[in-house]
Amino acid sequence: MDKPIRINVNGKAIEATVEPRLLLVHFLREVAGLTGAHVGCETTVCGACTVLLEGRAVKSCTMFAVQADGKQVTTIEGLARNGELHPVQEAFWNEHGLQCGFCTPGMILTSVQILTDQPDLGRDEIRHGLEGNLCRCTGYMHIVNAVRAAAKKMAATA
Amino acid sequence: MATTTTTKVQTLTGQRVRRREDPRLITGTATYVDDVKMPGMLYAAILRSPHAAARIRSLNVEAAAKSPGVHAVFIGADIEGVGPVPCAAAVPGLRVPKHTILATHRVYFVGHPVAVVVATDRYKAADALDLIEVDYEDLPAVADPEKALERGAPAVHPEWPDNIAFTQQTEYGDPKKAFAEAGVVVRQRIVSQRLIPTAMETRGVVAEWRAGEKQLTLYSSTQIPHLMRTQVALMLGIAENRLRVIAPEVGGGFGSKLNVYAEEALMGFVAMRVNKPIKWIESRRENFQATIHGRGHVDYVELAATKDGVITGMKIKIIQDLGAYHQLLGPLIPTLSVLMLPGIYNFHNAEAQIVGVFTNAVPTDAYRGAGRPEATHCIERMVDILAAEIKMDPAEIRFKNFPGKDAFPFQTATGLFYDSGDYAKPLERALEIVDYTTARSQQRKARSEGRRQGIGICTYGEICALGPSPATPAGGWESATVRIEPTAKVTVMTGASPHGQGQETSFAQLAADAFGVSMDDVVVLHGDTAVVQYGIGTFGSRATAVGGTAVYLALQDLRTKCGRFAAHMMGVAAEDVSFEGGVFSSPKTSKTVQFGEVALEAHICRNLPPGLEPGLVATRFFEPSNFAFPFGAHIAQVEVDGETGEVKILRYVAVDDCGKVINPLLVDGQVHGGVAQGLGQALFEEAVYDEYGQLVTGELMSYAVPKAIHVPEIECDRTETPSPVNPLGAKGVGEAGTIGCSPAIVNAVVDALSPLGIRHLDMPMTPQRVWRAIAERSQA
Repeated sequence: MDKPIRINVNGKAIEATVEPRLLLVHFLREVAGLTGAHVGCETTVCGACTVLLEGRAVKSCTMFAVQADGKQVTTIEGLARNGELHPVQEAFWNEHGLQCGFCTPGMILTSVQILTDQPDLGRDEIRHGLEGNLCRCTGYMHIVNAVRAAAKKMAATA
Repeated sequence: MATTTTTKVQTLTGQRVRRREDPRLITGTATYVDDVKMPGMLYAAILRSPHAAARIRSLNVEAAAKSPGVHAVFIGADIEGVGPVPCAAAVPGLRVPKHTILATHRVYFVGHPVAVVVATDRYKAADALDLIEVDYEDLPAVADPEKALERGAPAVHPEWPDNIAFTQQTEYGDPKKAFAEAGVVVRQRIVSQRLIPTAMETRGVVAEWRAGEKQLTLYSSTQIPHLMRTQVALMLGIAENRLRVIAPEVGGGFGSKLNVYAEEALMGFVAMRVNKPIKWIESRRENFQATIHGRGHVDYVELAATKDGVITGMKIKIIQDLGAYHQLLGPLIPTLSVLMLPGIYNFHNAEAQIVGVFTNAVPTDAYRGAGRPEATHCIERMVDILAAEIKMDPAEIRFKNFPGKDAFPFQTATGLFYDSGDYAKPLERALEIVDYTTARSQQRKARSEGRRQGIGICTYGEICALGPSPATPAGGWESATVRIEPTAKVTVMTGASPHGQGQETSFAQLAADAFGVSMDDVVVLHGDTAVVQYGIGTFGSRATAVGGTAVYLALQDLRTKCGRFAAHMMGVAAEDVSFEGGVFSSPKTSKTVQFGEVALEAHICRNLPPGLEPGLVATRFFEPSNFAFPFGAHIAQVEVDGETGEVKILRYVAVDDCGKVINPLLVDGQVHGGVAQGLGQALFEEAVYDEYGQLVTGELMSYAVPKAIHVPEIECDRTETPSPVNPLGAKGVGEAGTIGCSPAIVNAVVDALSPLGIRHLDMPMTPQRVWRAIAERSQA
């Protein structure tokens, strides 16, 4: 019943034979050893488990690992390149866009996706774009500041 | 000996320094409890009661025990002798039900733990849970505190059929006279509904028993590692110094992790029994069912005043929904509400009654603000109701009732001494920011166009920097050890246990300033009982004012000791040494010695000064002489959609006074987050139990935590009134936003609906509730 799968995680192929019911988030955390994606609700509400699947933000707590077979996944651990933080990571740091940090990996990856889709987002659009990610600490304002700051930096270097 | 010239170094204290915690958090490399992995580790899952009240007729775990991958199953009978779950609230006459680790013959709330399964992975543990057979005899339950007080209500605990856990009656001044002589008396029933704290990281425990060393280590997502160690050692019956508690990265707490839960002792017990490391991670559903809730007040409030708006007295009856058991502090929370009832107003007659009520629900305990949001909501609503009654502007009536800025320390009606304050100042500032006069004329214009706009003011005071030890159940001090390493690196060990607040940064700012070193040379350690001397923890907005002061004092001790080493090295008297920018100098001789040279000499001791011990370690315990009392003014401007009942926030201004600020960036963050939680209570959140005691809002799909689109842009400003209680002048800011926000929003919505004759609405003011209120009034 177990199924062999191969998922490309952060540019590296990871092969394993898994139970079909294994959630993608548990594959990433337990099999791939990448604990940046967090489990906050198991019901696709909080977004702490968000990863990029083929460049699109998905909630890895309500998707099976077998559904990602043969696909590319980017987790928070794969966002920085050559030791250099992604502009969104840097902006969350600069703007105090996080406190306890538990929602942060998901929040950053969703931000990356919404900025990829539409680089010049207004504050309200950012808030709508982040609807699928809950934060209980920051009140979101510094997060919105961070996404705006990242957008500016990405536009300047594009 | 170097002879470099000293350069004036800019201090870091008071600056918007970005956090040092963040690099690990933004790269996914931080270690939360669920990220801890150990060889041979097993996973635990807990079977919980689906009933609010039931007798357990029988329990069969045979099939579960044989399920693939299962190592062990334990039920209540296996763990007798461990526990009970502690309650530290010394409320006179308190009825304390025996709170066992696992239920034995009876369950008292949905989520009550009944059995634990240990298996090789979490999936197999969950599979086995389904194989446990429990024969429950369903019993009548009651989850509404007022219904629980009715004659004939089901008894939560059969030995106490009235469901009353305790009552407390207090009187201050002469309330009878105040009410008899009052020109105006206003009355209102006010509900502060049950809330679910909802830290984004649920609770979790990893327990490791090293049989050979007789050492148990618990990784737990907690705000109070040291208090937990003491309590769990007692629960397990092991020596406290054979238990190490580590709070690793903690994903938010808000009071929900200021507790000692059954599961912490349970996992310790299981690890010792199966002799393997055990991991238990709470699911969100478990978190909602079995981690404490907050608030849960029904208040009957009366306010007495003169006809021209001078408040003269207050009466309150608080019905506190305590749930089925007492967790660590539960019954104390409404007593904090009583203390803070007078808010920041100058009246001295009050009468307060608390009725603590058992219900078939998870216990309530400290949730962000813990007793003060409830009190503030009452007084701030009542002040607005009074203002409406005598047709006075809500800002004017507040100015009229503030004690003057020269009245401090100000003794309140309930016997507290407010440390320092200038209450008019933040309100003046907030009114200026919103341009109050213009805002009111715009409101009139909007009304004439048929739009329902409102302006809500809340001027709050709050009690924090908890606190003097006699006023707290487990010590109100905080400790710090500072160690200067031979290489002049500075290590700070704090008894505070930050979990998002950022003290790794703000305490490093203090340390870097004290020795003129870079923040990169400072490491702040916390949350490990094997590393930190002892500590109380992070809650009650105390980490900076109390914990930071302990750090400050230890730094000062080491400055003095370093000065004595430096004096000896320069061959001058200690009183002739000055220190700036990392350089000790003696102006008389123009000799200098670097901080780094002193650090080395203090360890290698080539020439130890007479009477001085080697080494540079200082430990200080700071016991505050009083609480600190922050205050502020929040103003909300809202528009209510008459068709849908939806509340739109047009503007939100928060002017807070939290005393001296070490890092304004972090303070802004605390205010924003606090406001969002206050907003959640005002508009969205409510833990709903139905008539059978089922938790209807049992998942994040049904419990409405505010999203980014719900929280407005928050305009922050501050006034600064230093606290005389500690040398940092800090008061605390962790809960202020929550306390200030809910009343501001509710006052604004009620103001918007006041032309309809509405003078109160209970929270959460959901579109349905607001729409219904409008519809009822419009028909009438």
